[in-house]
Amino acid sequence: MAANSPSLNPSAPPDDDPGVLPKAASRSRSSSSRHRAERNPSSNSNSAVSFERSTSKPVASYPSKRSDSERLGSQREISDDEARFVYVNDPGRTNQPIRFADNSIRTTKYSVLTFLPRNLFEQFHRVAYVYFLILAGLNQVPQLGVFTPAASILPLAFVLGVTAVKDGYEDWRRHRSDRDENNRTAQVLAPDGEFRPKRWKDILVGEVVKVTADETLPCDMVLLATSDPTGVAYVQTINLDGESNLKTRYAKQETQSTPPESTAGLIRCEKPNRNIYGFLASADVPGEKRVSLGPSNIILRGCELKNTSWVVGVAVYTGQDTKVMLNSSGAPSKRSRLEAHMNREVILLAVALVALCSIVTVLAGVWLVNHHDELNDLPYYRKEDYSGPEMDNYDYYGVGWETVFSFLKSVIIFQVMIPIALYISMELVRLGQAFFMIQDKNMFDEGSKTGFQCRALNINEDLGQIKYVFSDKTGTLTENKMEFRCASVGGVDYSAASDGEEDGHSITVDGETWRPKMSVKTDPELMNAVMGGEGIEKSNRARDFFLALATCNTIVPILVDTPEPSLKLIDYQGESPDEQALVYAAAAYGFVLMQRTSGHILIDVLGERQRFDVLGLHEFDSDRKRMSVIIGCPDRTVKLFVKGADNSMFGVIQKDLDLDIIHATKTNLHSYSSLGLRTLVVGMRELSEHEFKKWQSAYEKATTALIGRGKLLKAIASNAERDLRILGASGIEDKLQQGVPEAIESMRQAGIKVWVLTGDKQETAISIGYSCKLLTGEMTQIVINSNSRESCTRSLQDAASMSSRLAGAGSAKSSLALIIDGTSLVYILETELEEELFKVATTCDVVLCCRVAPLQKAGIVALIKHRTDDMTLAIGDGANDVSMIQMADVGIGISGQEGRQAVMASDFAMGQFRFLVPLLLVHGHWNYQRMAYMILYNFYRNAVFVFILFWYVLYTAYSLISAISEWSSVLYSVIYTALPTIVVGILDKDLSRKTLLKYPQLYRAGQRDERYNLKLFIFTMMDCIWQSIAVFYIPYLAYRHSDVDVSGLGDLWILAVVILVNIHLAMDVFRWNWITHASIWGCIAATVICVIIIDSIWMLRGFWAIFNMMGTGLFWLCLLGIIVAGMVPRFATKALTEYFLPSDVQIARELEKFQNLTASTISEIPMSTFSHPL
Amino acid sequence: MNNVNGSVVGSSSGSGDGSAPRRNSKRPKYSRFTQQELPACKPILTPKWVISVFTLIGVVFVPIGIASLMASNDVVEIVDRYDNVCVPPNMTNDKVAYIQNNATDKTCIRTLEVPKHMSQPIYVYYQLDNFYQNHRRYVKSRNDAQLRKRSQANETSGCDPEKRTIDGAPIVPCGLIAWSLFNDTYIFAIGNKNLTVNKKGISWKSDRDHKFGKDVFPKNFQSGPLIGGAKLNATKPLSEQEDLIVWMRTAALPTFRKLYGRIEQDLNAGDVISVTLKNNYNTYSFSGKKKLVLSTSSWLGGKNDFLGIAYLAVGGLCFFLAVAFTIVYLVKPRKLGDPSYLSWNRNPAGH
Repeated sequence: MAANSPSLNPSAPPDDDPGVLPKAASRSRSSSSRHRAERNPSSNSNSAVSFERSTSKPVASYPSKRSDSERLGSQREISDDEARFVYVNDPGRTNQPIRFADNSIRTTKYSVLTFLPRNLFEQFHRVAYVYFLILAGLNQVPQLGVFTPAASILPLAFVLGVTAVKDGYEDWRRHRSDRDENNRTAQVLAPDGEFRPKRWKDILVGEVVKVTADETLPCDMVLLATSDPTGVAYVQTINLDGESNLKTRYAKQETQSTPPESTAGLIRCEKPNRNIYGFLASADVPGEKRVSLGPSNIILRGCELKNTSWVVGVAVYTGQDTKVMLNSSGAPSKRSRLEAHMNREVILLAVALVALCSIVTVLAGVWLVNHHDELNDLPYYRKEDYSGPEMDNYDYYGVGWETVFSFLKSVIIFQVMIPIALYISMELVRLGQAFFMIQDKNMFDEGSKTGFQCRALNINEDLGQIKYVFSDKTGTLTENKMEFRCASVGGVDYSAASDGEEDGHSITVDGETWRPKMSVKTDPELMNAVMGGEGIEKSNRARDFFLALATCNTIVPILVDTPEPSLKLIDYQGESPDEQALVYAAAAYGFVLMQRTSGHILIDVLGERQRFDVLGLHEFDSDRKRMSVIIGCPDRTVKLFVKGADNSMFGVIQKDLDLDIIHATKTNLHSYSSLGLRTLVVGMRELSEHEFKKWQSAYEKATTALIGRGKLLKAIASNAERDLRILGASGIEDKLQQGVPEAIESMRQAGIKVWVLTGDKQETAISIGYSCKLLTGEMTQIVINSNSRESCTRSLQDAASMSSRLAGAGSAKSSLALIIDGTSLVYILETELEEELFKVATTCDVVLCCRVAPLQKAGIVALIKHRTDDMTLAIGDGANDVSMIQMADVGIGISGQEGRQAVMASDFAMGQFRFLVPLLLVHGHWNYQRMAYMILYNFYRNAVFVFILFWYVLYTAYSLISAISEWSSVLYSVIYTALPTIVVGILDKDLSRKTLLKYPQLYRAGQRDERYNLKLFIFTMMDCIWQSIAVFYIPYLAYRHSDVDVSGLGDLWILAVVILVNIHLAMDVFRWNWITHASIWGCIAATVICVIIIDSIWMLRGFWAIFNMMGTGLFWLCLLGIIVAGMVPRFATKALTEYFLPSDVQIARELEKFQNLTASTISEIPMSTFSHPL
Repeated sequence: MNNVNGSVVGSSSGSGDGSAPRRNSKRPKYSRFTQQELPACKPILTPKWVISVFTLIGVVFVPIGIASLMASNDVVEIVDRYDNVCVPPNMTNDKVAYIQNNATDKTCIRTLEVPKHMSQPIYVYYQLDNFYQNHRRYVKSRNDAQLRKRSQANETSGCDPEKRTIDGAPIVPCGLIAWSLFNDTYIFAIGNKNLTVNKKGISWKSDRDHKFGKDVFPKNFQSGPLIGGAKLNATKPLSEQEDLIVWMRTAALPTFRKLYGRIEQDLNAGDVISVTLKNNYNTYSFSGKKKLVLSTSSWLGGKNDFLGIAYLAVGGLCFFLAVAFTIVYLVKPRKLGDPSYLSWNRNPAGH
């Protein structure tokens, strides 16, 4: 049996990950992963390296950073050159010779001076902008001056400007919040021995700071003294890691007793690092021996002091060096798949651009060669310049150079083939989409009051193409709110939880009633046994069992006032929800934990208050998978209570005692875990005085050891935890989150495969699989549970043949489920067996991986990601999901009970698993549809324009001039046509939320790349060529033998093309609301106004041309003819395909529209009724 | 899925318990806008719509097409190419030499017969073929500031290669466009009676008023070694040099017409017009053609059948499409919004 212990200690992984990074924050996190690496260096360290290489995000360095300080561990002393020396209360000396960073923080990217260069530098990381910059530069060469300098720079300047304004605004907001933060005040010890207020930004390393209750800590400080005589302080770390429970921190006894103003000494601590769970230092206090300091002695910036009236500490890390600042990594940047595809088409466009330019160049070259002799005779060419003293060539450098110039000029003039405004439009559209996702009330978690967070701004559209969802179990599918369900005491199963007393057990203290905040349903039989109704032996065992639950933990009881003055609630705060559940259970059975200090515990045992001395505590670690306390009981006996995972506990339980009880307990444990409960075994041993003395001396030696402290302590713990007497076992339920089965069903219908990756043991995983309807009765389960390479190979072969047999049978009904455990994965991942596993896994509908380590989670995601084009999404809530979240194409963090690390690493964060359904099926679908259309449209829009320019160049002796005025040319893609596509990209909806949720299958449109693919691109481009022909040639033929001038015809062309592309967009809009109307028609109006303004400037060649044109009927007839002739093919094709080859989305749109007529009656009828044509 | 949706909506309507006011501000405010539920119209291309749209286009386009064709038909146009014939027979092998020789008399007489009654005003155009007035080098070779203001006479930037004389004096009007001003002239007569050609108001009023200055006079014009075309009367301000103004509205296409003047009297069918023209302008060096055009006008401008044909074609096509769609809809109907057509209902096992 493997690990199955709901947290034995604050640090225990609620997931029971075997040797896995615990999810809840704790200092033993470091030790656990260290040991893991030692135990299995080959597989894990290798994979760690490869994963970090393959993810490019800044967060990826997180694990490695942590392991740095882990390696330092408590194993060895920090050497001087790796240390930071802090002289307590002597900031002057501390900051010599190097001055440490002051305590001001700066989250802004830019200052006033650096804004322009830095922002521009960042923006020019985009290759397209470099391209446009080079072209603008080329244009400044006199021979190539196609546009006037101002006009050539304008579009680029415009997009750069919009982006810069956006960045600048965001940065300004950060700057403001920084300033507020830096100007807060704290009490700092002044030279005269008084605490005086000082601004945060002026606090220096080495200064002594006093913080009172409910204040926020200004910097990372080593605790010197607290208001509690034993040196305990409680902090809330919600701003740091999102955990709302209180954490205990201690001041060392050596400093606790000294008055703050006379504290002195030297602290040697490690250099600043981002590990918020590790700290390594030692302190030399005058008159005392050197004391070592650990993570429990430091309080970090951003935390709040709670339940402690004051603390005094010395600043060791300030400002940018504080752990919270080092951890504030930026949002991860990923590139969406649509954008990757888009880049492929951009290359195609670039090829087309080069082709157009080459055609023009060749034609220009041929023309020059043909007319070479008469160039000076051509009145419109006039090669020679006679105005100088000598006859000279005017702007003519020979056919060769002129041809080269032609090419460059044609690139400049056709440059908008690559849509410059597309990039900024995409950014704005994503911003808008993110706004609507954040604002969606269906994704707001009422329970935790957390909204949806969009951390990555460039993969919105990926949400519409997900094929695989990899989900963590605890805290993601389940609530991570533990409830004590049943217990097996002395081999007897007590699982008949009754509704009993609603209020739960309460105790009376000084006339006040104290009641645990959460009541637990009690089993009357067990209650009876505790009370002694079933004999003294049973009673003692039951009492020891609950005493163990009440003592063997790190829970802190906190009194909460209620409106009733005489009633107080006891809130058990701790880092592990499992422990909280156990303590509440103990309280319900009459063992109410009332007070805990570092030295003793006060428990109300069945109405009688008893004081227990805590003589020793062995913390949880992932090797032992158990924790224990040594308690001095009121009756002078010394007891060792141990609780831990079943497999680790049965190893240390005395085998020859209570054999049948052990057997019965094992049976009960099995039935608990198959109910999906998290199990835990409790044992105890009475220590003789001799044993205790021996232990105590060893323990003291170990705690003061400077080298290898952790190892020594572990050895002592293992030594003590042996020959235990079994007390019983507990079963804790981790409730499924609301709506999980429905969400999974919806995703299954949507064609999304849901894989669950959990650290739980197999039985628990399978039972959760059933309860969330991931697994069903009809499914054939393939279980791979192997201990060696050979058996893995065999199992995989069996599985493969089984799946092919089932597939061959053609029975669509029976689907496959693959259940595989972490041990087997060790032999499969990163070996040639991966391919086998991939084949088997992809034929299965459901894959459950149990007892997997964090890196294995990432390995499984990589298995799919690297072998298919399918999009992967990983969702999780704990630190052990970080690697998986970073590996997947889309990472989602659940901002729930556990720390914020998953959220920090994620692209999107939300409160509940079920929000995946609106996120993917509704927003994902919309975002994908909108973005896909927008990209295609932008390509089309610019290409139409370029083709019109191209056709005209053919009639200008290939001299690369445009009839359209240059200002209209540059405004075309940034003003005339930009806004509507952005508005449509943000607001258009092909289907309503209701329809999308009702028919999850509609999601498959995105998986099939239905809205953006090469075929559509080519189709669009063909349409675009036709439209450009219509726009160009209708006026050309109509005005062929007339006295029309360049500008007049140019105005007709620009107006025609702007109206045409806007009508084209209008034809594809699914939903017209007033904003869409305003933007499309407004844009056309704005274009007309712009053209009129341009033609009202006498300096420009087109002066008054538009008015002369508008005065003729021919102009208006041309305009109308162009629009109709341009749109007819598209309209006819659209009507034809929508009618005869309707996509699912199209049918659903019709359903939506025509069902409204008979609305209320039909919409409630289940879908099957519709399968017969009405 | 409706229940998931419903339950969330339900719980959000309940007031928060206030236990966590800290994050309460993040709660999205409900509005139709933020929930993307603005009232909207959802057009769908139903057969009815498709057929109506095509029919409507047909109904509008065919009459316009017919009207355009009729208008074009009503226009009477006489086009006479004279560049090839107005060369003395002995010079046909070297037309360039002929045209460049200032000494020879360039007078040429053409007779035109009026095919149909032409009602006034009759526009007189000259048409040049293969003359790229839209060439990049040509279009840019002018300076608008100089044309407008007397004080800006020295402003000749952009006018290369006709900027200044050899002595460095600025040319007004400078640039290739002005330099290559067309200089053929026409005198019309029916029998012995001269037809007066009104050359006033042939240019745009906006150009005369704002683009060409009333106090700007030609200076140093056509004084270089290479004469491009017409000379200008140095005593007339540019705003009155209407031929120049017309010429400087550069044409959009390599075949273009420029207005020469108006004949403000009707011509009858069968009238024979004799045109005395001076064949001065050199198009021989680039094998350009010169044509003289007399044309009446309609509401649609000159004679051009294209637009009428195009409208008829588009209108006809739309009628055809309307009929085709009707037939197709009747032959192969599909019920709109029928869920049995959804891919997963057609093929339940398919993915």
